[in-house]
Amino acid sequence: MSHEKMLNRKRVEGGIKALFFLCGLTAVGAVLFISVYLVFAGVPAIQELGLVRFVLGDTWNPQQEQYGILPFLLTSMAGTGGAVLLGVPVGVLTALFLAKTARPGWAKAIRAAVALLAGIPSVVYGLVGMVVLVPAVQRAFSLPSGANLLSAVLVLSVMILPSIVRVAETALRAVPREYEEASLALGATPAETMFRVSLPAARSGVATAAALGVGRALGEAMAIIMVSGNVANLPAGPFTAVRFLTTAIASEMNYAPMGSLWRRALFSIGLVLFLFIMLVNAALHGVIRGAGEE
Amino acid sequence: MEGLSKKRRLMDGVRRGSLWLSAGLTCGVLALIIGCVLWQGLRHVTWELLSGQRSYLNDTNGILPNILNTLYIILLSMAAALPLGVGAAVYLTEYARGGRWVGAIEFAAETLSGLPSILFGLVGMLFFVRLLGFGTGTLAGGLTLVVMILPVVMRTTQESLKTVPQSYREGALGLGAGQWRMVRTVVLPNAADGIVTGCILAVGRIMGESAALLFTAGASAGLGGFFRALYAPSATLSVSLYVYVNEYGDMDTAMAIAAVLMVITLLLNLAAAWTGRRLKKRKGGR
Amino acid sequence: MEAVLRTQALSLWYGSVQALKGVSLDVLENRVTALIGPSGCGKSTFLKTLDRMTQLIPGVRVEGEIVYRGRSIFDPAVDVTTLRRQVGMVFQKPNPFPMSIYDNVAYGPRTHGIRRHGELDAIVEKSLRQAAIWDEVKDRLKRSALSLSGGQQQRICIARALAVEPDVLLMDEATSALDPISTSKIEELIAQLRERYTIVIVTHNMQQAVRVSDQCAFFLQGELVEAGDTQGVFSAPKDPRTQNYITGRFG
Repeated sequence: MSHEKMLNRKRVEGGIKALFFLCGLTAVGAVLFISVYLVFAGVPAIQELGLVRFVLGDTWNPQQEQYGILPFLLTSMAGTGGAVLLGVPVGVLTALFLAKTARPGWAKAIRAAVALLAGIPSVVYGLVGMVVLVPAVQRAFSLPSGANLLSAVLVLSVMILPSIVRVAETALRAVPREYEEASLALGATPAETMFRVSLPAARSGVATAAALGVGRALGEAMAIIMVSGNVANLPAGPFTAVRFLTTAIASEMNYAPMGSLWRRALFSIGLVLFLFIMLVNAALHGVIRGAGEE
Repeated sequence: MEGLSKKRRLMDGVRRGSLWLSAGLTCGVLALIIGCVLWQGLRHVTWELLSGQRSYLNDTNGILPNILNTLYIILLSMAAALPLGVGAAVYLTEYARGGRWVGAIEFAAETLSGLPSILFGLVGMLFFVRLLGFGTGTLAGGLTLVVMILPVVMRTTQESLKTVPQSYREGALGLGAGQWRMVRTVVLPNAADGIVTGCILAVGRIMGESAALLFTAGASAGLGGFFRALYAPSATLSVSLYVYVNEYGDMDTAMAIAAVLMVITLLLNLAAAWTGRRLKKRKGGR
Repeated sequence: MEAVLRTQALSLWYGSVQALKGVSLDVLENRVTALIGPSGCGKSTFLKTLDRMTQLIPGVRVEGEIVYRGRSIFDPAVDVTTLRRQVGMVFQKPNPFPMSIYDNVAYGPRTHGIRRHGELDAIVEKSLRQAAIWDEVKDRLKRSALSLSGGQQQRICIARALAVEPDVLLMDEATSALDPISTSKIEELIAQLRERYTIVIVTHNMQQAVRVSDQCAFFLQGELVEAGDTQGVFSAPKDPRTQNYITGRFG
């Protein structure tokens, strides 16, 4: 091969490598861009209103220039907390069932069901919640309306199930068989072994699953907009009609005039949501790293 | 020999019962959702609905524009996300081999896949719709979704590339092929089914997406062909479901759209399971 | 001398592969019985069948009889958890749970319903002393058992098995994953434990069998070739196959 040909080939190879590298950089660029953009879009309104008044203000009423997001903040926390409280036990136990006791045929069917659950669009969850769940909640508790925090929590807890089941099952499958054998050899029953050895041994995976559920629940918008009542109340109880951080943005963006403080305040809600999610991600990484050191 | 104590037997029953209950609950909820949507929705799915468009003037109702918009956005987003995602995965598994950029790229992909779609919608609106002046339409919506599905394509491609045996690569390099020729002729063809699975998952994400499209692709829709839709408000099926509920209060049509979405979701799941099984078989065969 | 465990014509199949062929062996009380033979000869399978651990593997079929203290262990009325409590097992690879040392040893007693702190503390200390590791870990009972060395981990596993007060202790090549110093510690331990327990060990190591066992059983291809007094088997084997094996001619 001539020297020139080889040089040429080297150049082509270098160019192609650079091209692939650029593809990889898009993800990094997108994250940086989104972060910076959300900060730039979100900070002005907070500066104008004052951080304390914005975050701790308990009234959101754009008609009277009141922009306190405490109702949304507390609702998002309560809704996420409730969804995790319901979804994590059911999800983890389903994962335990799949990983340790289910016959292969059953496990396959349930896994397919979980995958399908993950694929259903949020709006469909919202619609079914609105048509089935909301009237049921209304009747069960004899309320004037069933569109409230409880309904939102129930919808969210179902929506976060698939990711919890998937991650927890992987973790439970990775538990060494030796642990379980040792427990059985000491005279523990299979069920005792699953709950007292397998589950604790997979705890970091279970924690990851829970953190993933928190992220999912915190970020969901379109499913809960239809079942939560969509009123900017402080979440006084499960039967309060509420609005979340996400649904506040989704439901008001089209009404807030261009350039208004209202619109900018909605961007600030986006920033708060973003910071929340990043916090959850950081906790998630802390969990994974902590488990790695063990 | 005495057996289990009464207390232990009771606890055992409770534990086993809780497992069955949870698994049953998971499946029960799914059955309820599918049953409800198909039962209440399919009877409203008519040819007129699928082939017409909503018009106050002519008093017609139809979701053809939404179906087309969904297709346009899928085409647009995949056209960009497929090369980008596959390229990124190839860089990570074939070129980088460790190194500090690998961590950064993987971390970025993970962060992107954890971001709520409403935030993609916000930034997409600010950047594509306003700053670049695309206006609401499939172009702004499609570009927003590119970023959202990029990690999906990237991750599945990466998984698939990792299953290509090292000996294939060595074989190709040993014959004097350059890195790029090796990737093109040996690695990518052998990872094709993983890439296809990734595409199916990504299409599912796009189809189900609504929050990120509400302010980027828009919430209303008219019939006007691919190029008109680029710069005109173009609601996809999922977005239109929300609009039918929220603005028109037309629950029957909303249920019909839900049924259509559900059938497509079922088909996509079957397709993903099928390609996924082929991938696994290949993995197991080695 | 009483036979604690009597095996009669025990055969076992993994699917269609026969792993044990009509094995009959008596395990004597307060004696150490060593099962020897080349890899794949069925000695581990035999050991694991004694507390019905082979049952965990799908497709396993057993014929013949194992009688523990006068009662068949395959009797449908026998509770397997009770059997496994009485017939404890120590595995080849140290397998402490990813929990504290204390919780590892207390796991068995807790499983069997002991909850009171004072009682548990006493059991944990007694078991760790019996396993000759108390002095090494008494100041760090709350530390993870995985932080210990392999030899220490194995003695924690022995303590864990002793904590449920078994009658028989089965040890499946319990020293094969350990260094020589840990191995000799565990061999010493076995010598002490035989005063209180009936012990069955599986070993690859002929010297170990001679050092620690009273009785010896030689397995070959699923068959029990020869069993008896260890001194006798090693000094005057009756079967030429045993002779070949212990002089290192195959295996």
